[in-house]
Amino acid sequence: MTMTATPLNTAETKLALPGHQGLKLEEKLLFDQSREGSYGVDLPTLKGTTSRTGQPVRETVGLPEVSEPQVVRHFVRLSQMNYSIDGGLFPLGSCTMKHNPRLNEKLARLPGFAALHPMQPDSTTQGALELVHTLENWLAELCGLPGITLAPAAGAHGELTGMLVIKKAIEARNETRPIVLVSDSAHGTNPATARTCGFDIVSVPSGDDGLVDYDAFAELVDKHGKDIAAFMVTNPNTCGRFEKDVTRIADKLHSVGAYFYCDGANFNAIVGKVRPGDLGVDVMQFNLHKTFSTPHGGGGPGCGPVGVTEELKKFLPIPKVQKDGDTFKLVTDCPHSIGRIKAFHGHFGMMVRALAYMMSHGADGLQRVAEDAVLNANYMLHHLKGTFNVPFKGYCMHECLLTDKHLKDKHVSTLDIAKGLIEYGYHPMTVYFPLVVSGAMLIEPTETESKQSLDEFINTMKHLAHLAETKGEDTFKQFPLSTPRRRLDEVKAARQPILKWEKPE
Amino acid sequence: MRYLPNTDADRKAMLNAIGVANVNELFADVPADKMLKTLPDLPMHLGEQQVEAQLSALARKNLNTAEAPSFIGAGSYRHHVPATVDYIIQRSEFLTAYTPYQPEIAQGTLMYLFEFQTYVANMTGMDVANASMYDGATSLAEAALMAQRVTKRKNITVAPNLHPHYLETLQTYMATTGGEILFGDKPSADCAAFIIQSPDFLGTPHSLEGYRKACDETGSMLIHAFTEVLSLGMLPAPAEADIVVGDGQSIGVGLNYGGPHLGLFACKSKFTRQMPGRLCGKTEDADGKESYVLTLNTREQHIRREKATSNICTNVGLCALAFTVHMSLLGEKGFKKLAQLNHERACMLADALEATGKVKLENSTFFNEFTVELTKDSADVVKQLAEKGILAGYSLGGKRLLVSATELTSEDDIATFAKTLKEVL
Amino acid sequence: MADAPVHLKYTTDHEWVELNGDIATIGITAYAQESLGDLVFVELPEVGITITSGDDFAVVESVKAASEVYTPVSGEVTETNEELGDSPEMINENPYTDGWIAKVKLSDKSELDEMMTAEEYQEYINQLEA
Repeated sequence: MTMTATPLNTAETKLALPGHQGLKLEEKLLFDQSREGSYGVDLPTLKGTTSRTGQPVRETVGLPEVSEPQVVRHFVRLSQMNYSIDGGLFPLGSCTMKHNPRLNEKLARLPGFAALHPMQPDSTTQGALELVHTLENWLAELCGLPGITLAPAAGAHGELTGMLVIKKAIEARNETRPIVLVSDSAHGTNPATARTCGFDIVSVPSGDDGLVDYDAFAELVDKHGKDIAAFMVTNPNTCGRFEKDVTRIADKLHSVGAYFYCDGANFNAIVGKVRPGDLGVDVMQFNLHKTFSTPHGGGGPGCGPVGVTEELKKFLPIPKVQKDGDTFKLVTDCPHSIGRIKAFHGHFGMMVRALAYMMSHGADGLQRVAEDAVLNANYMLHHLKGTFNVPFKGYCMHECLLTDKHLKDKHVSTLDIAKGLIEYGYHPMTVYFPLVVSGAMLIEPTETESKQSLDEFINTMKHLAHLAETKGEDTFKQFPLSTPRRRLDEVKAARQPILKWEKPE
Repeated sequence: MRYLPNTDADRKAMLNAIGVANVNELFADVPADKMLKTLPDLPMHLGEQQVEAQLSALARKNLNTAEAPSFIGAGSYRHHVPATVDYIIQRSEFLTAYTPYQPEIAQGTLMYLFEFQTYVANMTGMDVANASMYDGATSLAEAALMAQRVTKRKNITVAPNLHPHYLETLQTYMATTGGEILFGDKPSADCAAFIIQSPDFLGTPHSLEGYRKACDETGSMLIHAFTEVLSLGMLPAPAEADIVVGDGQSIGVGLNYGGPHLGLFACKSKFTRQMPGRLCGKTEDADGKESYVLTLNTREQHIRREKATSNICTNVGLCALAFTVHMSLLGEKGFKKLAQLNHERACMLADALEATGKVKLENSTFFNEFTVELTKDSADVVKQLAEKGILAGYSLGGKRLLVSATELTSEDDIATFAKTLKEVL
Repeated sequence: MADAPVHLKYTTDHEWVELNGDIATIGITAYAQESLGDLVFVELPEVGITITSGDDFAVVESVKAASEVYTPVSGEVTETNEELGDSPEMINENPYTDGWIAKVKLSDKSELDEMMTAEEYQEYINQLEA
């Protein structure tokens, strides 16, 4: 067990110390470091022009005052309290935390991309439009769906776009279809999106194998028939399995005129191996910040392109990029479109990164991505299935699912394993998701981890299982010990929310 | 392939361990007849040098605002970004971290989110701000949906001169709710909210006082929207509003051809539980140390599913960091001074354009953007000036042109613009 | 866990009801609060609304979960436990007394007949745990 050093201090010196321990540096909020008169940007002297805003000039904003070195030190210290992919294995299931190449960052910062204004005339942005067009073609080829929009800002925004397209298509058929089927293992964004689009949700149960229970699904389709707008399925699903009935599901949906929506969050497992469009999928969203490695950035920005069938193409949001001969232009005059889903043209900066990533891999490399991602996850599964409970038999796709079932009598839970992993230097896997599996631990190593790195993680997991057997809950409830902060009081945070800094009275 | 660490020997050893002969056996659940028999019809992999060469060639085909005098605003503004900002956001620990769901190893992200929320709340005069939305337009659309939830009413009234992309985005989102968008300079009876943009799309700032009163009379919520966050450094805080939304792109984020931007969302504390998006809160850890954690999660999709306040998950965390670093550098005095500097440059631009004798200023008041009337079709003028390497502004149709100035607009730029404009008019 | 008081009636969704004249007081059981963990927020119904047996009329939230509370009885909400606004932990501490959620003026007393007795509820929980 890791020991926490005891600071050498007496009661008096403790008051004066900032609380640092070795490389664990404490840091206060900038508000608590503010001193009137400090600043971190030198601006030219004002000329003293009389205001023409027609409004009184604002006197107080409520910002701290600090110098540039303080700002740099502050954020460097904050960064040192974070775990990152660059620093270590990040096995968050269904999040695809893979290596983020620096080349992509460099290219996105070229002034010819980064310093473009979205309202510039198309004649001055031909290179940018060509890039968008090229990326659309790559994605269309990979998903087997001819219509692509790059406008959505993130995966959930892509879902929203896709479901609005479906809604619009149904209206265009003069039909009313109030129901959307959602698999019970789906990400929360699926039901939330369907609801935002005004649909009623009917949940489709998973079977004992972690897959959509086809019979139950078919029964629901027979029952609701032409009231069904779409079925939202993540494939590979959140149990890390490929929905092997996928083509039957598609056929059944199409037989009642409903659409098949595929959440592409887990596309990394199949990119270059099989195309959702070939499986009967009508609409799918990509998460460029997962499959195509644009950095997650502590919570975005992402990019959530959507692919659709030929039939649905005309409903895609504006603007669209059109190629006329050798020139490209942005088109907004699209009478059937669902309209605009955000300002301007989408997260262009993420498109540059994603295309750089895809060109680096090429057709051969992208196929390898899926193969290595699946191989790595199965290798993990193979070595951990004897140690942890595995809810579903057979091979997994790009992520493997374990549970805490066998640790119950030791009173060690999935949460404890997660906190134990933190203590041993790893970001935990996705925990308690999917909801359909009790005590779920969803591990996605990705293709950018080496066998050596996997072996180290496997050994750590086995060690934690051994600790659970031998030491039990008392040891685990202490974890983590060596982190900048120990377990947090989330109840206190939620009962009396403090959501901003307040000046001490 | 340089990003894939497994060697062929590793792969073989791993396949052996698993007990399969080749990797395709692991794809056994995929219908065999649907598996691609060949590689996708795409180019093969490229080295770093080749990718860089190809994409740099595309970048060079564009006329970028770093080398061309630019006067386009219209919801995206060219501002200086201090070198420190990009250095900080490129630190691995921020750039390649996930959403801070494991707070013990994500205090860095959580602490800047807490600072970010405080900055946004203080700047907007609201009690609470969330950890960001996609952009100003989607923030506004989400604000309208939130007003519908709070008031249990359907319709939304929009004041004149809302940014057209914001309006179109609002229309797309509203199409799902059964509510109508009405237009007027006061809230319609029984509307959920009244939306006013200030400065509006044509550049005119508005005081909220009268609108507050009108909203109280109809029981509607007052939503204040902005596209230029820097205006909050000079114009009064929109504290009378119930919800304030806008875009924070001007601070630290850059243009990026329109995205990513930075959606800001703030409101009065009584509406906190109806807010969309993530919230970071302060608490303690097991040792009693001050700590930060994502809180009030039960509003969100990963817990509430179809009953969530929004479907949003990933937002624009790294842009929020860029904003926080830049705002920290500016500080109380710098932020206000930068705003005034922008206003001065805009005044200078207005005077220089009027002095040509061929340009009529439409605004009596403005912050850093205003509308002018030219003597010719403005779309043609924009095209002509683009050929001369000047990005003239945003054509509003007819002879009207929307132009803006920022601290990056030099006196030389203004002189060149005025001179060239005079030549073509 | 506290035993289910014998003077109350119970549902399979772990709500309890106490009858006083034609006023029913509704809360959630000790078993429910224990499985939810520390409660951080309670969303109360509006006083004056009419609810029908089976409606979700309140929400109790822990840090990681939000659960609807379903009313087993129909009628008009006459009073809600405002103190839960500041102190949701009262449900954790005293689920059967201070932690009550709402009072309802019953429109159909017979609905209570379909509910479980304390003994039946205890038996039901034992089965769930087995």
